[in-house]
Amino acid sequence: MSLHEITLTVNSAVHRGLVPARLSLVDFLREGLLLTGTHAGCEHGVCGACSILLDGVPMRSCLLFAVQADGCAITTVEGLAPGPEGLSVLQDSFWETHALQCGFCTPGMLIAAQALLQSTLTPSDEEIREAIGGNLCRCTGYKQIVDAVKLAADRLRGSNRAEGGVQP
Amino acid sequence: MTADPVPGFRYIAKKRRPKEDRRFLVGGGRFVADLALPGMLHVALVASPYPSARIRSIEAGAALALPGVKAVVTGDELARAVDPLYSGLDIPKVRRYPMAVGMARYVGEWVVAVVAETRAIAEDAAELVQVEYEPLPHAGDPEEAMLPDAPLVHPEHGSNVLYRRQFVWGPVDADFAAAKHQVSFRARWHRSATVPLETFGVIASWSQAAGLLDVWASIQMPKFPEQVARALRLPGNAVRAHFDVDVGGSYGVKRGIKHSVLAGYLARTLGRPVRLIEDRLENMRGGDAHGPDRIFDVSIAFEDDGTVRSLRIRAIDDVGAYAGRAPLQLGKPIGAIVGPYRIGSVAYEPVSVTTNKTVQEAVRGFGQSPTNFAIETAMDRAARHLGMDRIELRRRNLLRKDEFPYTIPSGSTYDSGDYHVVLDKALEAANYGELVARREAARGHGQLAGIGISCCLEPSGGNSAFEPLFNPKNETTTWMESCQIKIDLTGSITAAMGTSSAGQGHETLLATVVAEILERDPDTIRVVHADSLTALPSNSPVGSRMAIMLGGAAAGAARKLKTRLVTIAAHNLNLPPEALAYRDGSVAALDDPGRALSWDQLVEIAHRKFHLLPPEAEPGLQASHVWEVPTGGGLPTPDGRIQMYPCYSFECHVVYAEIDRVSGRVDLRKYVVGHDCGVMINPDIVHGMTYGGIAHGIGAALYERFAYDETGQLVSGSFMDYLIPSSHEVPDIEIVDHCTPSPLTTFGQKGSGEAGYLGAPAAIASAVNDALAPLGLQIATLPMSMAAIGDLLATKDAAR
Ligand code: FES
Ligand code: FES
Repeated sequence: MSLHEITLTVNSAVHRGLVPARLSLVDFLREGLLLTGTHAGCEHGVCGACSILLDGVPMRSCLLFAVQADGCAITTVEGLAPGPEGLSVLQDSFWETHALQCGFCTPGMLIAAQALLQSTLTPSDEEIREAIGGNLCRCTGYKQIVDAVKLAADRLRGSNRAEGGVQP
Repeated sequence: MTADPVPGFRYIAKKRRPKEDRRFLVGGGRFVADLALPGMLHVALVASPYPSARIRSIEAGAALALPGVKAVVTGDELARAVDPLYSGLDIPKVRRYPMAVGMARYVGEWVVAVVAETRAIAEDAAELVQVEYEPLPHAGDPEEAMLPDAPLVHPEHGSNVLYRRQFVWGPVDADFAAAKHQVSFRARWHRSATVPLETFGVIASWSQAAGLLDVWASIQMPKFPEQVARALRLPGNAVRAHFDVDVGGSYGVKRGIKHSVLAGYLARTLGRPVRLIEDRLENMRGGDAHGPDRIFDVSIAFEDDGTVRSLRIRAIDDVGAYAGRAPLQLGKPIGAIVGPYRIGSVAYEPVSVTTNKTVQEAVRGFGQSPTNFAIETAMDRAARHLGMDRIELRRRNLLRKDEFPYTIPSGSTYDSGDYHVVLDKALEAANYGELVARREAARGHGQLAGIGISCCLEPSGGNSAFEPLFNPKNETTTWMESCQIKIDLTGSITAAMGTSSAGQGHETLLATVVAEILERDPDTIRVVHADSLTALPSNSPVGSRMAIMLGGAAAGAARKLKTRLVTIAAHNLNLPPEALAYRDGSVAALDDPGRALSWDQLVEIAHRKFHLLPPEAEPGLQASHVWEVPTGGGLPTPDGRIQMYPCYSFECHVVYAEIDRVSGRVDLRKYVVGHDCGVMINPDIVHGMTYGGIAHGIGAALYERFAYDETGQLVSGSFMDYLIPSSHEVPDIEIVDHCTPSPLTTFGQKGSGEAGYLGAPAAIASAVNDALAPLGLQIATLPMSMAAIGDLLATKDAAR
């Protein structure tokens, strides 16, 4: 099996790896980099549990090979918080509304919602449902997730956006 | 929707951020697939492509020759080393092993396990295994499977019927004869399940030196370690199940005994840790986690004024190729077989049939949701027959608040309820009058629009009363739950439970309850999941029981600790305990608050100052409490009456739906549920489970089906064809709370883990039928998929 050298940035840290061509990106993140926050729910592109941001765009890491991420910047759930102690506004809002139960879909949901809030801080309910529409959750019925994203958007709109934009 | 305030509590029933959420939000969950042990091997499975086939030969040479492959194990080899899996029923000839032995009985059944250094190598090698099969005729349709000449799934058993009994409670024939009206119909609940986003996974590791098998699994299973130990012919204390594994959703199905027995056997024989994580196809086809698959034949007898006299229900359940827990899922609904209604007599005939399909497991509600669908369909049909309003007919039959405790014909006593008020609250929140106007307006524009209603019970505080009922040789009447609490030398509190969690918020539950009793900050209380050798007995979060049972066990242990603290204070303050008040962890004289010992002082005495302890007192501060399900412990009467679960939560769903005439697509435009589960320990958690239960019910009602074709192949083995509702299909749901405390539980709580799911399919079916009524059409088959409704509409068009 052919091995390929890749270099990519994950959560601001640069990683080099030698990967087999058939290794999926989700397996590389989980088993190669031990970033187990990204989950594999279906491995056929439907559930969204494996969502990551690839150069800022939400993608399914089960449908990508690790080699395809060569040269890219990836954000996983582990990279959302501002530091090891805190939570991002979005994460904190998920906690406030209890937008999760088992937590298995949660990393993917956060990634989908993060991508939405990067494009708008005034999302309508429909836009939120659209943004998370490709992420399945079997626990919550989505209601508290929609509430969390709304709450996060409210909070971010209210914050001081003078310098350097706002980190959802 | 905020909860009704419940006076008298400090932490219970208040908004509080759930303890366990934080770790999941930072990607810090600890799911079984996140764990890795040094030297761990991986399993891939060769599955049967036939629904029924004799296994003629297995050729593993090419697979074993692949570098990295460690073992190829067949069902025959495994069956020599392990005992059959436990079913709880009296069907000794229906033997179930983790893998097919001699004969494959469904598509996807495990035939060969391949173990290798990586999962990828194991999968490569699995493709090299050559299995020669002799295909045999298979049993597909459950009713055909009951005919005399049907192919037998388990020939030694002599029949495909695993269980059948006719229960008659009360004068059913006389009531039917006397009643002015009766309606009969067939309702079909097709096979679906909970299908958690995390598949089942297990890691097993054997230490020869210690004689100990360590197991980490995404498990929700009563008596899991004991069952694994028995099958592996090990003493119970040679299996240590680690319950601190986060379970990525279960809602009943994460039983995984066969997976764990296989992994345990492999770990033991190979001397290396072994990991078996299902991929999605393995999960949906061979994971043995399908759910109820039922044909109901229902008759309902009633009077002109809508009073229901009697009910006859026959439920044929297609359990798949082995028994699993499925036959018993026909037993639990006996505890609420008349729903929330005053119905004087009932006949119930549960029939459990084996066919060549994937095995069923326990699914949220343990058979109650399909039964509720059958009962509610009967109520709608009776109303339609009389031309009476469906809500009015329900009102006339719902039990009144002053009738509790109320014993139903099948022997269970309902604890409490306030059904009429919950119904009214739901109708008001739904703005029922406006909904009717909206429906009429839509119909005026030629649209198909309908309002659905359901009134359903959630029996809770799960026990196992259906086991002795369905199998007299099985005298299981104990179904306890436990909690251990200790206060350490630093004054910190740690509470331990003996089971794993799958999103139900048990850590929050324990912390809240312990904090309530000991009057300490819940955020400072640590909750751990003890392993099975350290923990006291648990029966796991089944039967909607943890708020009641774990909550009750935690309260019991915390009260013992509180008593000990007061006793220590009494001894040191030279006062009788009655002269003292416990407050926020300190104990003070009632008439002289300055005469007090603080929490820190009391802890110090308990842990370090034996000379200050009362004589005979145990040093340290620890307590445990084990308790049996309230009202539990009884055996059934000869005519099959028994107290099933103790507590009864009530839910009333009001749905407004429109159906697209061209595609048959059902669109849920408004969804309100009135819900009464007594005192909610944490309202956000209860609401979350209710929303999720409704979403799951929407799936069962409209989208989800494990469908089989005529050749016995599963045709919905992926998320492309088994359709789980997304945020597009699940509407914005409104919950209206009501609180009728249970007199049987510590704080008045009832169960809520199955909420929403128990009434949603019935309500949606009601809405669809209301929408179809102007066309003279009706449907009683779930899921009411676009195709099914489209076909029904087409018959109308064709007839026109
Ligand atoms: S695991 Fe990638 S979409 Fe499901
Ligand atoms: S929180 Fe369990 S699947 Fe979403």
